[in-house]
Amino acid sequence: MEITKIIIGLEVHIELKTKSKMFCGCPAGHFAKQPNTQTCPVCLGLPGALPVPNKKAIEWTILLGLSLGGEIPKLSQFDRKNYFYPDLPKGYQISQYKNPFSINGSLCLDNDKKIKIKRVHLEEDTAKLLHETVNGEKVSLIDFNRSGVPLVEIVSEPDLNSSDEAKEYLEKLQQLVRYLGISDADMEKGSMRCEPNINLEINEGDKSFFTPIVELKNINSFRFVKKAIDYEIHRQFEEFREKRIEKATGNKQTRGWDEAKQITFLQREKEEANDYRYFPEPDIPPIEWSDEEILNFKFQISSYELPWTKKQRFVDQYGLSDYQTNILTEDRKTADFFEECVRLDKVGVIEIANVIINKRSPEGLSPDQLIGFISASKTTSWNSEKEIEKLIEKLLKEHPEVIEGYKKGKPQALGMIIGLVKKDKNVLVSIDDIIKKIPL
Amino acid sequence: MADKLNQLTLKQAVEGLKEKKFSSAELHQSIIKRINEVEGKIFSFVEIVDKENPKQIEKEGILKGAFFAVKDVLSTKDIRSTASSKILANYVPVYEATVVKKLTDHGAEIIGKTNCDAFAFGASTENSGFGPTKNPWNTTKVPGGSSGGSAAAVAADECLFSLGTDTGGSIRQPASFCSVTGLKPTFGACSRFGLLAMASSFDCPGPIGKTVEDCEIVFDIIKGKDEKDATSVFYPKKKQVKKNLVIGLPKEFFGGGVENEVKNLVSQAAKILEKEGHRLVEISLPNTSLAISVYYILVPSEISSNMARYDGIRFGSNRESFENEVKRRIMLGTYTLESGYFDQYYLKAAKVRNLVKADYLNAFEKVDLILGPVSPTPPFGIGELINNPLKMYLSDVLTVGANLAGIPGLSIPCGFTHDNLPVGLQLLSPHFSEEILFDIGRQFQQITDWHKRKPKL
Repeated sequence: MEITKIIIGLEVHIELKTKSKMFCGCPAGHFAKQPNTQTCPVCLGLPGALPVPNKKAIEWTILLGLSLGGEIPKLSQFDRKNYFYPDLPKGYQISQYKNPFSINGSLCLDNDKKIKIKRVHLEEDTAKLLHETVNGEKVSLIDFNRSGVPLVEIVSEPDLNSSDEAKEYLEKLQQLVRYLGISDADMEKGSMRCEPNINLEINEGDKSFFTPIVELKNINSFRFVKKAIDYEIHRQFEEFREKRIEKATGNKQTRGWDEAKQITFLQREKEEANDYRYFPEPDIPPIEWSDEEILNFKFQISSYELPWTKKQRFVDQYGLSDYQTNILTEDRKTADFFEECVRLDKVGVIEIANVIINKRSPEGLSPDQLIGFISASKTTSWNSEKEIEKLIEKLLKEHPEVIEGYKKGKPQALGMIIGLVKKDKNVLVSIDDIIKKIPL
Repeated sequence: MADKLNQLTLKQAVEGLKEKKFSSAELHQSIIKRINEVEGKIFSFVEIVDKENPKQIEKEGILKGAFFAVKDVLSTKDIRSTASSKILANYVPVYEATVVKKLTDHGAEIIGKTNCDAFAFGASTENSGFGPTKNPWNTTKVPGGSSGGSAAAVAADECLFSLGTDTGGSIRQPASFCSVTGLKPTFGACSRFGLLAMASSFDCPGPIGKTVEDCEIVFDIIKGKDEKDATSVFYPKKKQVKKNLVIGLPKEFFGGGVENEVKNLVSQAAKILEKEGHRLVEISLPNTSLAISVYYILVPSEISSNMARYDGIRFGSNRESFENEVKRRIMLGTYTLESGYFDQYYLKAAKVRNLVKADYLNAFEKVDLILGPVSPTPPFGIGELINNPLKMYLSDVLTVGANLAGIPGLSIPCGFTHDNLPVGLQLLSPHFSEEILFDIGRQFQQITDWHKRKPKL
């Protein structure tokens, strides 16, 4: 019996950092705010209050959909998802069901694998439940500051086949929304949340079986995503071996990740038994885009340089390596900083890249100052050329095995000398400069 | 001028105040005196604001001193708003419905909150959690519903005008039963913000008044785009109404289910308008018979979702205090939205809704407005239909079409039956053409005096 395929789909929620909430004028930024200070009749679900959609949130959702290569259907609408929970003041969540803002997108991994994205839709966040003890009594408190914050849901097809792929997909998605400037997408703060759906294909003899699908919750860091998925793969395999239960309608489970115990635990069974009684939200007219509006969105997105486009340009334009561009384009701020330095360049693109990547300069320099710093360091290193030569000579005498090793084809032996030079000298000196000085 | 200030129309009262013929405190006192006299007999109000102290209104505005009543499904800041349901028995809103605010911003003053069927579910006001309102013309009869309290309060001169809401006839039918004038505006013409939702894609707040003129004054103030209601729109500029109009009489509105006395009075009213130079033509609205079925699938569907917030966690009471009709509609709607039934019921009904709407739009290709009865019967007895919900639903048969289509409708008094029960005339016109209804309604009230008659209480 062996696992022949790990099948993972990801549902990702991202809180948009619009100024106001999804359907009212309350501020959307709720992190570390005094509970229930950012509420109004709309997000409290008071009788008679009505939702008015936030245009910016819709626009951003569409930009995200387009940047994932998705289609923008001409007709979109909000639907009501009816269910009871104390954090849901209206008794339903305004979400999108039949006509989301974007469909059929994809995200490409470094191994060139295309992960299909079913839909990108917009909904409202729920309030937050706090379980506390007040005056010795256990109580559940509700903080409505988060109620109605715009939430984008990105649903992938089950195209991911390992925890590493899942982690990479999430990192890429995070990078993208940060590039677009539409969310902080911070897993720890809850502005990015993910729910992996996992099951396995198991082969025994010439037969193959699928284990029941499990949806994982309570994951609040990329590291946990990987750990939880890996644990779940192991658990499902063992469970199948023992109980031989196959995937069937109605046997989907929800399990939570317990970081302390490093296990997943059962939260809810029979997921599919939920009937949300979706129907079109009558308080918000359907949204129909004209060809012109869709073109306009496409034009807008073309003005953004997406992470993967920027990366390719850095390779083409600056002749940087994959490794270098990956780091330099990790976030837009670093990339912009690098390019500003290059614009002022008097010291060379590679030198700038290396200084930024290896964090060799003091923190908080402006591009101007960074260039100045590099020039000064170079001068220092030129002035002390003799000194470095002397130092290397001394070190080589103390460690004759380095040259011996090198001659025997162990170039890594040089690393020791480089390390010692750098440790000894408190000046900036490039590795290339050190190597040049070693008499080989 | 009427002998008593409370009997004044809105227009007369506002003008009288402006000309300083009397003070707002005198007007207020006269209204409160009347309320004290008749409330015990008819029970229009579930809440009366500041009953003791005569009010001198300082706030300026074109409606300065206009004391009005508000249906209890409209949110009023700091004034208990229960939707006449026990589940909200102690709910005091922190905000004002837009239509109410627009009126008070113009100097109008809330006199109290009127009784209705709980959450506006009903056609008789008997479904109120606090007891039925009685018809001022005959207190053994219902005032209609769901805005029964709003209509009765106007009919009994307990206010100058009132606000009601119309989801399937809830302004027009009680206006007809109480012999007052009521307007169901075009859907989207008046903001629903602050209206405790029954069926969001049907609900329309609107005025109930002593005359067509009064309704027009109120409508002109409450209409218009509200940033807080995404389904509200900018009301188009008033058009000049033609002098001679073509009036369509749908044969389905004069069919077997409609009582003869009602048919006769409405036909006489049509002839009066014909004499004024308008042309009567018979038309057909072939899907009229489907309207009730469609209505009672779509409306409960929306209701089941809109009622979900009354979950027993907030607003004080738990769900046991829901009235029977409320429970009935929640269950109906939950069923029709269930996966597996959704396509069969909700989706199909949504499609037929479009057919009903098309009937009206087709008719308006040929006619300028449609005329018919409001209700197939005069006011029925209290308790007569309460145990037969299906029959009760049928009393909406002539009014729900306008809500399915989203068009405006006006109900105006057009006579009395042999036993002195009011009968109303219904006028329907295309979307955002309320001016046609007002124009022809005003003409009718210049010729007739049904609207001037007062009930003996």
